[in-house]
Amino acid sequence: MNINFTLIAQAIAFAVLIWFTVKFVWPPLLSAIETRQKEIADGLAAAQEGRSALDIAAKKSEATLTEAKQKASEIIGQAEKRGSQIVEEAKGNAKAEGDRILAGAKAEIDQEVNRAKEGLRSQVSALAIAGAEKILRKEIDAKAHSEMLSKLAAEL
Amino acid sequence: MAIEQAEKALTPSEYITHHLTFNSQPVGDGSFWMLNYDSFIMSVLLGIVVMGLIWWVARSATAGVPSKGQAFVELIFSFVDDQVKNIFHGNRHSFIAPTALTVFLWVLAMNAMDFLPVDVMHHFVYAPLGLEHWRSVPTSDINTTFALALAVWFLMIFFSIKVKGFGGWIHELFYTPFGTKFWVLPLNFLFNLIEYVSKPLSHSLRLFGNMYAGEVIFLLLGMWAATGISGTIFGAILGAGWSIFHILIVALQAFIFMMLTVVYLSMAHESH
Repeated sequence: MNINFTLIAQAIAFAVLIWFTVKFVWPPLLSAIETRQKEIADGLAAAQEGRSALDIAAKKSEATLTEAKQKASEIIGQAEKRGSQIVEEAKGNAKAEGDRILAGAKAEIDQEVNRAKEGLRSQVSALAIAGAEKILRKEIDAKAHSEMLSKLAAEL
Repeated sequence: MAIEQAEKALTPSEYITHHLTFNSQPVGDGSFWMLNYDSFIMSVLLGIVVMGLIWWVARSATAGVPSKGQAFVELIFSFVDDQVKNIFHGNRHSFIAPTALTVFLWVLAMNAMDFLPVDVMHHFVYAPLGLEHWRSVPTSDINTTFALALAVWFLMIFFSIKVKGFGGWIHELFYTPFGTKFWVLPLNFLFNLIEYVSKPLSHSLRLFGNMYAGEVIFLLLGMWAATGISGTIFGAILGAGWSIFHILIVALQAFIFMMLTVVYLSMAHESH
């Protein structure tokens, strides 16, 4: 249990070991651990960022969806309105066309009636003249009385 | 040789003296110039093995997913780093924390040599190598523990002067802790002197005493085992029990030695 040169030898060994640890052991371990800590912190921050981005995106998509729905219902409403408008227009057009056709037919009928009347009138007047000629062969001058007779025919 | 000695029926004091004698060889003239080759070679070997293993892992340390070895080394690293962080408030990574790691692992490894069964080692390893005396536990050599404590002591003074300047250090020796009145200056100096003397003594003797006592108890149990069949049984049982308890002492003393190193070096950095 006496102090001897071992003391100095061990102190030198100790100093060398400390130097070795300070120089070669501690720095790589420290840098590895600190780098990993930083990476983990960055990863957590990125995850947080991603989560908030996801929230924002979800809100955005919801807003877009609502907008689209609104637009769609608007478009449907417009289409319905336009549809009924077209139907109304078609109805009006059809009625007008029908009326026009009806009016044309009526006019034609009137025309035919008038033409028949004309024909009948001329035939009646001819018949009357023929009858009267037969009856009044001598007294009646066709030329003298034709004015009177045409007046009569017009009155028919 | 050792086997012959065992057959010669040693007296108890011869047995203990045999196991407590260093392999001391002269390296010069005078009683101081002796080197305990067993302490020196064991401690250097353990230092190379332990710090070499750590270095081997640290060399390829990755910031990514660590291997099991790296995870284990990082566990020790964080343990030491946390202890230092709680005590020392400065740039611990440049010197104090690596020093604490060195002290902890080296002292732990040296203390752990106490688990080597002394007689088995002598019969099967040291005696065949021609080593009559060989003590496996460097920390049960006062030279080893005192060398560590003295190195820490010099570092303490070095950091005191480095941080406060030589004048500041001298000033602190005379003006703390009792005040700056003229008549308390000698008292302050005496107090600081006692502190400076007691620090390395308590630091080294605590470790030395624990490891030396542990070794002696193993020797006593070994002696008991030589007394007969019941002695062998009880010696073995108690030896196992003491070994298990000694795991705690080995780790605890290494931890205490590291903590005191950190505390002393931190105190040197602080001005009073």
